[in-house]
Amino acid sequence: MTEEIIIAGFGGQGVLSMGKILAYSGAMQDKEVSWMPSYGPEMRGGTANVSVIISDERISSPIISQFDTAIILNQQSLDKFQDSVKPGGVLLYDPNGIFNPPTRKDINIYKVSATEKAADLGMAKVFNMIVLGAFLKVKPVVTEEFIEKGLMKSLPERHHAMIPENLKAVQTGKSLVEAVHIL
Amino acid sequence: MAKELKLMKGNEAIAEAAIRSGCDGYFGYPITPQSEVMEHLMVEKPWETTGMVVLQAESETSSINMVYGGAGAGKKVMTSSSSPGISLMQEGLTYLAGAELPSLVVNVVRGGPGLGTIQPSQADYFQAVKGGGHGDYQMYVLAPASVQEMYDFVFKGWEIAFKYRNPVMILSDGAIGQVMEKLYVGDYVPRWTEEEVRKFAPWASMGKPADRDHNIITSLELDSAKQEKHNHKLQAKYREMEEKEVLFETINCEDAEYIFVAYGSSARIAQKAIQLGREKGIKVGLLRPITLFPFPKKQVAEFSKKVKGMLAVEMSAGQMVEDVRLAAEFRCPVEHFGRYGGIIPTPHEVLEALEEKIIKG
Repeated sequence: MTEEIIIAGFGGQGVLSMGKILAYSGAMQDKEVSWMPSYGPEMRGGTANVSVIISDERISSPIISQFDTAIILNQQSLDKFQDSVKPGGVLLYDPNGIFNPPTRKDINIYKVSATEKAADLGMAKVFNMIVLGAFLKVKPVVTEEFIEKGLMKSLPERHHAMIPENLKAVQTGKSLVEAVHIL
Repeated sequence: MAKELKLMKGNEAIAEAAIRSGCDGYFGYPITPQSEVMEHLMVEKPWETTGMVVLQAESETSSINMVYGGAGAGKKVMTSSSSPGISLMQEGLTYLAGAELPSLVVNVVRGGPGLGTIQPSQADYFQAVKGGGHGDYQMYVLAPASVQEMYDFVFKGWEIAFKYRNPVMILSDGAIGQVMEKLYVGDYVPRWTEEEVRKFAPWASMGKPADRDHNIITSLELDSAKQEKHNHKLQAKYREMEEKEVLFETINCEDAEYIFVAYGSSARIAQKAIQLGREKGIKVGLLRPITLFPFPKKQVAEFSKKVKGMLAVEMSAGQMVEDVRLAAEFRCPVEHFGRYGGIIPTPHEVLEALEEKIIKG
């Protein structure tokens, strides 16, 4: 199993930390992992993206241009990465602020209204974990037990009290995800 | 040795390795894409645990001269920077080589020339292996291709630096510096005591006892006969490194008809291109130089007798390819494929280049 993922959105949405939690969780489950951020003169409100690979084998290139899954959190990222999903792959997006929804017919498309749900529940801080939950429902590449271990390892100890809320957000995401176009 | 699993960026692995390998001092000046080296040191505060000094200098010129001073006293000292900062250090590097001072310099390369870009590049190969500073000198140059190697090569660097009394460079790039991967770290190696420095670096200038002459650290010798003799000594050292210290890796080469030659992050991309190529029935393998000086000339020569062609893949306009051609001596076609200025080639592009430039020939 090798899963090559791009997570892309605005800076400040927790794109990089979502990738980090996913990578840590994979590592805890004894998988090979890599986390490659787009780094640059980026700032809050600008775009941010990270490629995460989780694999049972040694990872060749951490730098990839085609993805099994694209997790898309704004229009710019959708425009940029829609065509980079491998045929038969997955595109998961949050419809908040998306005015041109994905159009491809050769991939599986899902949506998760995480921004809206996080606002309704007053859980804006764990928005990214709702998205992560939605992804894990579609592609269970790591099990829940290891998501908790990944959170323990990636969050500083002073934030460990937040872990139950994060796990609850993962559950929320799992039940919230909807299929838009399935092959 | 107890092994502990971490998930770290390549830059952080350099800093973690410095602390765990008994480094005495790090001197640096921030620059993207390697700023996490000093950031991680500042988070870990090794001056409170191992006693290691971490100092932000006022410039790269200053950092490299602090390294000269510390190394002259037999200390394990290092600096890190990225391309424009390393250019500023070139005077210091040739002085370190001339004065035969063990030291470790990390270059997390970004695209140039000039201030260039902050994205990954491998266009500092010539500067690293052909001498960016003046005079006939060589650094031992290690090219890590993973976060684990970023860590391991700090330890390897000290070993070679003190064995040969020579500066060692870890030539990395923005991709390996920024990527986060699994890393296994070992136990802390204690810093050398004063007695150990006297034992392992008897040439060091650390106070003259009554029973020996002054130890003098200098790269200046106005008597040309003596300076030529000193050069002979340096050259003998470099030849010994070529004899004994070449490191390389081969992947999928057993049945290979074609070979990629690539180091650092290009070697990772080439591995993916090999997977894609083999799915199409193209028998291609990888020769990955781990040391860039000394370069694995013999291995290139061996392959040049067996394969139908080689493609040097590097994020430059064609630098390492010159060393591949010199070693292959026209026994097989050698071509170059590169993206540069901060652009990273895709595995598909690399495979296409092999098909276009070598297979179709």
